[in-house]
Amino acid sequence: MFDTILIANRGEIACRVMETAQAMGVRCVAVYSDADAGAKHVAMADRAVHIGGSSPSESYLKGDVIIQAALDTGAQAIHPGYGFLSENPDFVEAVVAAGLVFIGPSAKAIRAMGLKDAAKALMVEAGVPVVPGYHGDNQDDGFLAGQADEIGFPVMIKAVAGGGGKGMRMVESASGFQEGLDSARSEAKTAFGNSDVLIEKFVTQPRHIEVQVFGDGTKAVHLFERDCSLQRRHQKVIEEAPAPGMTPEVREAMGQAAVRAAEAIGYAGAGTVEFIVDGSGGLSADGFYFMEMNTRLQVEHPVTEAITGVDLVAWQLRVAAGEDLPMRQDALTIDGHAFEARLYAEDVPKGFLPATGTLTHLAFTDQTRADSGVRAGDTISPFYDPMIAKVIVHGPNRDVALARLRAALAGCEVAGTVTNLAFLGALASHDGFVRGEVDTGLIARDIESLTAAPEVAARHIVVAGMAALDLLEPMAEAGFTLWRPLRRQVLLARDGEEQMLKVRVLSPLVQLWTLGDHEVKAERIKGRWQVDGQPAPHVVKAGGIVTVFDGYGLAFDVIDPLDRAAGAQGDGNLIEAPMPGLVRSVTAKVGQTVSQGDKLAVLEAMKMEHALLAARDGVIAEVLAAAGDQVEAGAALIRLEPADDAEVAA
Amino acid sequence: MKLKSQALPSSESFKANEMAHLKAMMPVREAAEAAALGGGEKSRARHASRGKMLPRERVANLLDPGSPFLEIGAVAAHGLYDGVAPCAGVIAGIGRVQGHEVMVVCNDATVKGGTYYPMTVKKHLRAQEIAEANHLPCIYLVDSGGANLPNQDEVFPDRDHFGAIFYNQARMSAKGIPQIAVVMGSCTAGGAYVPAMSDVTIIVKDQGTIFLAGPPLVKAATGEVVSAEDLGGGDVHTRLSGVADYLAEDDAHALALARRAVAGLNRAKPATVQWESPEEPAYDPSEMLGVVPADLRTPYDIREVIMRLVDGSRFDEFKSRFGETLVTGFAHVKGCPVGIIANNGVLFSEAAQKGAHFVELCSQRNIPLVFLQNITGFMVGRKYENEGIARHGAKMVTAVATTNVPKITMLVGGSFGAGNYGMAGRAYRPRFLWTWPNSRISVMGGPQAAGVLATVKRDALERAGEVWTEEEETAFKQPTIDMFEEQSHPLYASARLWDDGIIDPRQSRDVLFLSLSASLNAPIEPTRFGLFRM
Repeated sequence: MFDTILIANRGEIACRVMETAQAMGVRCVAVYSDADAGAKHVAMADRAVHIGGSSPSESYLKGDVIIQAALDTGAQAIHPGYGFLSENPDFVEAVVAAGLVFIGPSAKAIRAMGLKDAAKALMVEAGVPVVPGYHGDNQDDGFLAGQADEIGFPVMIKAVAGGGGKGMRMVESASGFQEGLDSARSEAKTAFGNSDVLIEKFVTQPRHIEVQVFGDGTKAVHLFERDCSLQRRHQKVIEEAPAPGMTPEVREAMGQAAVRAAEAIGYAGAGTVEFIVDGSGGLSADGFYFMEMNTRLQVEHPVTEAITGVDLVAWQLRVAAGEDLPMRQDALTIDGHAFEARLYAEDVPKGFLPATGTLTHLAFTDQTRADSGVRAGDTISPFYDPMIAKVIVHGPNRDVALARLRAALAGCEVAGTVTNLAFLGALASHDGFVRGEVDTGLIARDIESLTAAPEVAARHIVVAGMAALDLLEPMAEAGFTLWRPLRRQVLLARDGEEQMLKVRVLSPLVQLWTLGDHEVKAERIKGRWQVDGQPAPHVVKAGGIVTVFDGYGLAFDVIDPLDRAAGAQGDGNLIEAPMPGLVRSVTAKVGQTVSQGDKLAVLEAMKMEHALLAARDGVIAEVLAAAGDQVEAGAALIRLEPADDAEVAA
Repeated sequence: MKLKSQALPSSESFKANEMAHLKAMMPVREAAEAAALGGGEKSRARHASRGKMLPRERVANLLDPGSPFLEIGAVAAHGLYDGVAPCAGVIAGIGRVQGHEVMVVCNDATVKGGTYYPMTVKKHLRAQEIAEANHLPCIYLVDSGGANLPNQDEVFPDRDHFGAIFYNQARMSAKGIPQIAVVMGSCTAGGAYVPAMSDVTIIVKDQGTIFLAGPPLVKAATGEVVSAEDLGGGDVHTRLSGVADYLAEDDAHALALARRAVAGLNRAKPATVQWESPEEPAYDPSEMLGVVPADLRTPYDIREVIMRLVDGSRFDEFKSRFGETLVTGFAHVKGCPVGIIANNGVLFSEAAQKGAHFVELCSQRNIPLVFLQNITGFMVGRKYENEGIARHGAKMVTAVATTNVPKITMLVGGSFGAGNYGMAGRAYRPRFLWTWPNSRISVMGGPQAAGVLATVKRDALERAGEVWTEEEETAFKQPTIDMFEEQSHPLYASARLWDDGIIDPRQSRDVLFLSLSASLNAPIEPTRFGLFRM
């Protein structure tokens, strides 16, 4: 076994790898960017090396710097985690050339799977079923349109070098083909530097089922399937294992196909073979198609670990160190059912915009496996994926596991940023999902009910008020008055809506709250507040924000009267960054006359490009950002002024 | 050490006492609640419709959330001025702002525009007196039209009239006791000097005004026509005149600014007494109503009261076998050491000497004194006069008058005659004086006073050879008895600010603690006693 390894990653996966490695007695070297100097993975590591600036291209994508760090620290191997350099064959070659072990497949295997069209051709050869499509080199627009017609709409256009949903466009009919093609190419070019695309049949009621494989370079085993059908815009949201409705026959067929795929490329280490499965008529042994192979450890690997009892990272280390596959296929069995929900800092009402913020509070229930790269006090920065944690549960069967998932989500306590927790909670309670009727379109179909604003009860507001006024801890003489209690007020705001609360503190143990005409009693009984007759939920206050941990976390702003005067007049003419992100381009020029709806700039945030439009007719007065700027949410980018003002000024 | 109660909470007498006390409390509660409402519903609605907080809401939002508020003169002016000045039109009391104990004086503009009646002035001055004695920062929430003109003769000219407010502000500022004004409405004429004399002044935009003469008077005097805002509004005073320092958007903002001002005072309580960790009494303070007889004439053991006031009901009784009608001893109230002097019967010479001794002890040790008054007076009669009870009484009065330790007085029963002096009555400047609803205060009991007057009259009649029947004497005595009954009532007393307020006896422990805590903002100066007649 290795004595020291370097983990070329950050966040939860770096922590996850270190947890196993350190338990095996392997010393871990972390690498970190400027933004991550105080991150959890750095704190966990036995040694940490600073590798550059906050932007990934200045740090986590700098293979040469990382390899040097490994050499300098005496690491014998590099674990790439997922993302960043994990599927970069050049990096793998460089690692090997430096005399180090890459904990993962060979560069050749990665290359074989990296280009999707070539990969599919290879799979066809190996007898793995694939979706009808065009995976050739001809990238002529007209030719591709013809291929699409041949395959039959709807079709999917995908970046050849893609992954993670980037450079993908679904096209419903021939008329929208050219637009989808252009847009997929542009995104692919941005993300991968390669604008080539492939075209595939679009399966109408598709399920995403993937098989975990593990190879030693020649032979491979599979560790059963995961169902990742719950996706929003191709981003996985909740994964589970095994797949609902899976039969032993289909499992056997898919497992065999996956093993064939891995063995066909001499795969070593952990990998995932993704299949698209037609879910319209139940699962069948001939109803699945190879989509792609992810030549790395997946985000959702913990659900496989939960049902198989296998520590996949331990397997990675052992196989990379030259050991045999730790278990044979016939020794692998499924125990129960597992779920993983991806908890993100996302602003769901604003279309799941990535959010930032400092986690003033973070807690999970004791029954939850929470794989997380952040701790309370850490900051979700705009530079990386805004994941907070993977919430993982296991149970003897799907119903129990799902009930545990709901309990785990209900028990998540996150303060300091908005999250998708309520969305995850709604999804875990979705009727169709509960019945196991999953497909990749489920979320999109029911997005409205899944993202409905949570119900805020009077007691939530009261508890927020109690926290806002520091009235949760009973103080001696609290509320003492001679004859008539005084009434104090506090102003809270939720989603911009202000709520005035008034309170009479009657004693250290009793408070009477008034919300409009509604009166709510808070009473402390046996050391616990009862509000409106119910136990008060846990609540934290930090930085002028109170978060009540009920209904997946309800955040309230405490309006400080001192802030009111300081607050600048809202400028209707200001174009602000709707989220943290990278300014891709600024088309607006000072003095330019624009009309409502004109595109002024483009902001790239996470995986999307957002056009910033003129909200009204006017003249550009100031351009405050330039292409390439990394900006925070709310940053002023462009200032407009009414056309007549400009004339007067001129 | 730990006192043991003889009371039986399940007994008939306990319940009867409780009922009687609750009954005695009713008119006080009604008076206090009526006073707390301030002006009539209409003027309150008008006040609120202007976006202003009601005065008590202003106080509440100035104080820390949940802060205790030890109100002074909650029933001031009760029954005076035909009832038009509830609470004397001003709220005063001690609360915490950013953890500091402060004196808040808040005009109630819903009561005759917040103008100053004689009792308003007296209450404002009493609040300042408390602030000065106890080094409490003063926060004036000003919303007042100044002196009440029809009462100008009883408000303006004398030493303890309107001018004393500003005199006090200047003197307190000189002593380093912060003076902060928040102008939330009018500050007209003399009232203009409250903000002007303050260390820091905050004014609410489009709402607070400060001027020596309002627009009508200006027009009358010089013919100049000017709006109140242009004459002395927040903008003028923060931008042009410099009379105010901070401009607030509204009441909430102004109070937040005042809170910030207090946060920046850079003050700490001086080290005075040795605090212990607080402990609840072994006997429930809420039993107070049951253990004290409803009738003042029924004797009872004052230790039943003490054990419901002090930590762990522990009482280190001093000289328990000597002068037994005065109980003296050491205890703690929520961790604060106190010396308690409590009546347990009429005062004899020994009791007075013991009292003087005990005051000396506490003064030596810097221990605050708590007086529990239930006193009919010093013993009378030849034996006592001849042994010099006046001389012994004078020792106690001298000790009480000259000690510099904080004194807190609580009238738990009668307060009659010279007993009132020896037990730190109002004239002896206790830092605080609180009364129970069952207490009575007068120079002597009504029947005794009537008896004295009747004896004088009978003597005169008999010298003239006239006959005075029993019926005639009874009829003669009744008006005096009635007058004493009315005037000795705590509501009558408190309306005139002879005390700081009537309290629910069950709150006594909290009131004592808050009074002590407020007192200890001032350092305890060494005592130099007057001459003791030996």
